[in-house]
Amino acid sequence: MEKTTFNPITIRKDFPILNRKVNGNPLVYFDNAATSQTPQQVIDVIVDYYSNYNANIHRGVHALSQEATDKYEQARIKIQKHFNAAKPYEVIFTSGTTHSINLVANGFSSILKAGDELIVSAMEHHSNIVPWQMLCERTGAILKVIPMSEEGELLLDEYYKLLSGETKLVFCNHVSNALGTVNPIKTIIDAAHEVGAAVLIDGAQAAPHIKADVQELDVDFYTVSAHKMCGPTGEGMLYGKEEWLNKLPPYQGGGEMIAEVTFAKTTYADLPHKFEAGTPNICGGIAFGAALDYMNAIGFKEIAAYEHELLHYATEQLLTIEGLRIYGTSKSKTSVISFNIEGIHPYDMGSILDKLGIAVRTGHHCAQPIMDFYKIPGTVRASLSFYNTKDEVDVLVAGIKRAKAMLL
Amino acid sequence: MGIKEIQEEIVDEFSMFEDWMQRYEYMIELGKSLPLIDEKYKIDGNIIKGCQSKVWVHAELEGDKLVFTADSDAIITKGIIAILIRVFSNQKPQDIIDSDTKFIDEIGLKEHLSPTRANGLVSMVKQLKMYAIAYQTQLN
Repeated sequence: MEKTTFNPITIRKDFPILNRKVNGNPLVYFDNAATSQTPQQVIDVIVDYYSNYNANIHRGVHALSQEATDKYEQARIKIQKHFNAAKPYEVIFTSGTTHSINLVANGFSSILKAGDELIVSAMEHHSNIVPWQMLCERTGAILKVIPMSEEGELLLDEYYKLLSGETKLVFCNHVSNALGTVNPIKTIIDAAHEVGAAVLIDGAQAAPHIKADVQELDVDFYTVSAHKMCGPTGEGMLYGKEEWLNKLPPYQGGGEMIAEVTFAKTTYADLPHKFEAGTPNICGGIAFGAALDYMNAIGFKEIAAYEHELLHYATEQLLTIEGLRIYGTSKSKTSVISFNIEGIHPYDMGSILDKLGIAVRTGHHCAQPIMDFYKIPGTVRASLSFYNTKDEVDVLVAGIKRAKAMLL
Repeated sequence: MGIKEIQEEIVDEFSMFEDWMQRYEYMIELGKSLPLIDEKYKIDGNIIKGCQSKVWVHAELEGDKLVFTADSDAIITKGIIAILIRVFSNQKPQDIIDSDTKFIDEIGLKEHLSPTRANGLVSMVKQLKMYAIAYQTQLN
């Protein structure tokens, strides 16, 4: 695909789902932070896989297996290049960010001892809290929290106070799923390294908007879910520095991950296979690569610039609605707007918007600590993507006004 | 009026609306008119689990009839509760136990709710029936 001038109207034609109607109204899809939509180019790759070269990889002697293996390993290299990992085997295919985080948390069980300290940010998704709490229960390590401000920004001075020689791991999202805040991860990583702690960055919400360079960040682990960036569900990656991936024990045992098995002893395969037990989501991995191709052809800079313009427009328009409050007002944000209207439960707002064909997310967004911080049951979250338009923002604003008139 | 008659009445009312926006408007009105539960009963022990919004239900016997009061922090949920209370409140516990809930399918309520809310509706009906069973045991 050749790079052309960014035009959301042309881009929308790549997404068949955007033509459908919901409850009799044209779909306005503003739940992109939960799952992005899939362009025809990626759908074609999925169909091609199952139509032409579906086979198990790495072990087969036959042509289809070789083709599937080649395509799968090419996808790994695409992902490696996209995130600028030093080696292809530093990219581990997983089922997504949750799987990636659990893999690392499980590995640290054999490294941590009682009294070691872990630091988490106050604005994490449950998937970047619970695996670490489970790790603390297993090892006796202690979990500490970086607090945040009313604007939804991490208080770095408080973070520096938490760091010490006892700190072994710091984990934080690159972008908050509930607030859209882009966290200063380079600063967080550098400060952690000064005390010798490793850092895992949950990149699930950043990857659709920001092209992270793992070497420049000097991050130890970085996690991504394909379905948030035009790829399929049940697919993602864990980037880990080679030295760390060698230090961690395997997560799951099975086929593919072994070098030699006898009943006396099993030796494990080299990276990345050590962490890829069993038959993986082969088609998913290949389609993930295709999704990166698709987004790179449009250009991440172009995507970010347009989404920023959309965010600015949507914020301005939403704030014209009386009683509407936006949660997460950091200057550094992706195109996520979490809001409530005084006197209206987010769930009621979401239900009415759904009847109007507008898809938003409501609730705590798997980030209950943030909702507790603001003392609210949840928010309505509109998350915008590069294939959304200002016209759709206008439909949302009109929908909210109509719902407000009904509900108050 | 018996449970069955009230259910038929509700099915009739819902059939008069043209679309689901109108039905939602109606449920919101019902929600706004729901007699509030006494604040002292809005405790965690009375919360029905399975809803994205909070729902409190309290039941007590008045003579041989069971009276329900309830509240929610979301207005559409309150509307749903208002419908259930209209059907099941002020009825004999045994009648509540014996009643069916086909009217919910007939008005299409479940399919027009989000999956979490539909689950919540099922939990609410289950809870009202549990109260009926508990009080029927007491009456026996």
